[in-house]
Amino acid sequence: MSSYDSEKVAQIHRELHSHLPSESALRVKALESLLVEKGLLDPATVDGWVEFYAEKVGPKRGAQVVARAWRDPDFKARLLADGTEAVKEFGFDGPAHAHLRVIENTATTHNLVVCTLCSCYPHSILGIPPNWYKSAEYRARAVRDPRGVLAEFGVALDDSVEVRVWDSTSEVRFMVLPERPGDTDDLDEAGLAALVTRNAMVGTDRDLTPATGTAS
Amino acid sequence: MSAPEEDRLGPLARRDGEPVFDEPWQAQVLGLAFSLVDKGLINAGEWSETLGATLRAAADDGAPDNAATYYDAVLATLEKLTAATGALTADAMADRREAWRQAYLDTPHGQPVEL
Repeated sequence: MSSYDSEKVAQIHRELHSHLPSESALRVKALESLLVEKGLLDPATVDGWVEFYAEKVGPKRGAQVVARAWRDPDFKARLLADGTEAVKEFGFDGPAHAHLRVIENTATTHNLVVCTLCSCYPHSILGIPPNWYKSAEYRARAVRDPRGVLAEFGVALDDSVEVRVWDSTSEVRFMVLPERPGDTDDLDEAGLAALVTRNAMVGTDRDLTPATGTAS
Repeated sequence: MSAPEEDRLGPLARRDGEPVFDEPWQAQVLGLAFSLVDKGLINAGEWSETLGATLRAAADDGAPDNAATYYDAVLATLEKLTAATGALTADAMADRREAWRQAYLDTPHGQPVEL
């Protein structure tokens, strides 16, 4: 075996064992390390970001807001009037550089939220959007065929229910205030919040009646 | 003409339970992008316009409508807009990428990879 071969074998061995990240991962590392070096980014920000939005905010904040609106008509009025201001009552920031606008489902109206351009979403209240929200398919069909999209998510709407589609942008992020299900008078705010799904706040879920509920 | 667009559409609801990230870098790039937009280093409107255009170009190129395509677009958009701020140049990003690649190749298995 020539020395060339042994060196080549050693190199292949190193590469196999190096767990070399993908090209995309290397590009992200390059960006992050340069931004940190230039003082444009706190290295803790990005690590904390994912944990914060995926686990702490999740859609939990939105559910808390909805639950309070169901129990407190005055809060609900404030929420519908100015979402950004109202969520501050929880100590939540609205979307940075954008307004939070909350729209209410009623017996005769169903609201559906989309970002037709890209993936604008009220992250600070709902966390990280699901993959379908970011898909080209949803972005196109939510506007063209909202009833078809809703049916796909198991939301069957009477013809008499009007569907309104709201296009979130970098300036205005929409969130749906779903209808409070019946037979929930005995629930406190936390109990109500547990009924609220992320999809209900985007509009791809509507009936939040508890599955175990035994309505008479 | 090709088949109507509806024929290429799959059920959205089936994607409901998908993990939001397939790979750690996807979470990191989203975190980077949001941090820079929140700080105002990247303008929020410019971010959505550019990401929208990048996503549209990917779809026009026939890229699959999935999370990988989305995060590739996020990364490309972030590189483009970061370069546009003048804070980093494309050359600096390429050089740093190569430095990281070499560091991974040179670092013995099990040890932390540092530049």
